[in-house]
Amino acid sequence: MSFSFHASLDDAPLMRRALRSPAATAGGTLILFVLLLAVFAPLIAPYDPDFQQVASRLMPPDATHWFGTDGFGRDILSRIIYGTRPTLLLVLVVVALMAPLGIVVGILAGYFGGVVERILMRVTDIVMSFPRLLLAFAFVAIMGPGLINGALALTLTSWPAYARQARVETSALGRSDYLAAAEMVGISGVRLLWGHVLPLVLPSAIIRLALDLSGIILAAAGLGFLGLGVRPPTAEWGSMVSEGTQVIFDQWWVAAVPGFAILITSFAFNLLADGLRDVLDPRHD
Amino acid sequence: MVSLVRWAWSVALTLLGLALVTFAMTRLSPIDPALQLVGDHASQSTYQQARQELGLDQSLPIQFLHYLGTALSGNLGQSISTGQPVAKDIARTFPATVELATVAILIGAGLGLALGIAAAMRRGTWIDSLCRLVSLVGYSVPIFWLGLLMLLLFYARLHWAPGPGRADVVFQYSVKPVTGFALVDTLISGKAGAFLDAIAHLALPAGVLALHSIAAISRLTRASIITELGQEYVTTARARGAGLWRVVFVHVLPNLSGTILTVVALSYASLLEGAVLTETVFAWPGIGRYLTTAMFAGDMPAILGATLVVGTAFVLLNALTDIGVTWLGARKTR
Repeated sequence: MSFSFHASLDDAPLMRRALRSPAATAGGTLILFVLLLAVFAPLIAPYDPDFQQVASRLMPPDATHWFGTDGFGRDILSRIIYGTRPTLLLVLVVVALMAPLGIVVGILAGYFGGVVERILMRVTDIVMSFPRLLLAFAFVAIMGPGLINGALALTLTSWPAYARQARVETSALGRSDYLAAAEMVGISGVRLLWGHVLPLVLPSAIIRLALDLSGIILAAAGLGFLGLGVRPPTAEWGSMVSEGTQVIFDQWWVAAVPGFAILITSFAFNLLADGLRDVLDPRHD
Repeated sequence: MVSLVRWAWSVALTLLGLALVTFAMTRLSPIDPALQLVGDHASQSTYQQARQELGLDQSLPIQFLHYLGTALSGNLGQSISTGQPVAKDIARTFPATVELATVAILIGAGLGLALGIAAAMRRGTWIDSLCRLVSLVGYSVPIFWLGLLMLLLFYARLHWAPGPGRADVVFQYSVKPVTGFALVDTLISGKAGAFLDAIAHLALPAGVLALHSIAAISRLTRASIITELGQEYVTTARARGAGLWRVVFVHVLPNLSGTILTVVALSYASLLEGAVLTETVFAWPGIGRYLTTAMFAGDMPAILGATLVVGTAFVLLNALTDIGVTWLGARKTR
């Protein structure tokens, strides 16, 4: 991935280059759509997602309830729309924690070298070879279910990839005239790392992030499915699939619809990442 | 020799790190193990005694050493929900998981390699698009949901596959468990019906579990073959009149054996992990379902024991792959 930051130094901005890839455009559009659903959920959702109407429970999809109703008579479409919120929130928290943590570790290791680098990279390698999903499940099971614990669990096991990448790029930069020039005019310490190293490490971290996001969405859904996500009755896609498990053979839509929402969202991030890589990484064509 | 020592050192460090993480979880947990053992209504002195027996009154480093020592001696504590030693529970459930993951990786490697090779050789055709679609969907689909839909379709609607579980009730008690692997046990029992039943029960969960490795293996195989086809030696071979098939199977694939071995082994390790969700859906009596049952019960010794065992298998598998790849590389240069 060491090529990608050169690519981003090209004239065309990232956005316009990404638009040249149909896959990235399609993925980006889908993600934008999900984002809009999350922001405007109260305006879009036809019903209150938590409103229970026992008289109309487990109704098949029809004109009043497009995706049918669940075991409590709640409108599934409305719950899908509101379900975008915990999913995207978790993704946001993980991204905000994981990438900075990894990048900081990587830049420090690459910039200082020596013992600091040896220790930091040893820890990185160790965490990198942990079973991520399994530790995340165990962590949440023990610390208690919930969105924050889920995000923490995924963060604690997923930062090493960013650290490795940032270290490689930082130590390559360390030998460059660019940094030597910056140091010569008296820029040093945190200011040098923040203003001159970070901007060059960031683009490839962003591609990496796009690649990781679909996995994070699936892991979050898995947590929800196992009952380790946000607490009921809050609508969350993974736990909605789990609620539909008991009636899967008769009222299949209760589990099928939220699972499809997970698939589409995760698919959108994969499309975006695939497209971005096609455009930005010259080794792929 | 030096590299072997360094390898062993790094594996040992990683396993130590894993043990440290599981140990840290017990200490960070809001569940008090002593209280869980004696119950809410126990007297203060009983509670103190339980704390002492669990070693909770000692300093953290001592507690960790104690934890390491007992875990190394094969003692993972007592499960609160089954009342059995966790190690015994794991010995009982782990073979089912290994069997499921092994069949899944055989399917995944077979189909993934075939798809990746075909896509690389026929670039831009429908098979190339299929390869891209399969890998995109394989990376995007929530596996527990796919499992449910497959059960709905093949079990409830089409009646092609048996329901959840590992064997029909008829065979559950008539076949003696020798190895713990249903395929092997039913085969040596000599009952053809039982063997076929075991295969039928394996087919759906293994197929569902395999999808992710098909995605990973086909994508990487395709990309590496295409990169390799651009190399000079390939151009030379083609100029000498070697056909595409010959070039791919005689020159390119042997050169990629290390890469392919790595991705297959990585997928295998992640299948051990992914089995947690699949087993839950298919009521597969493996370590994954043991783990989720323990999670619902808040059974801390069982959760951490199972995590430690699966985690160790995961780390070791990856470490052995490194050795295998090095060995392949050494053989090639010789």
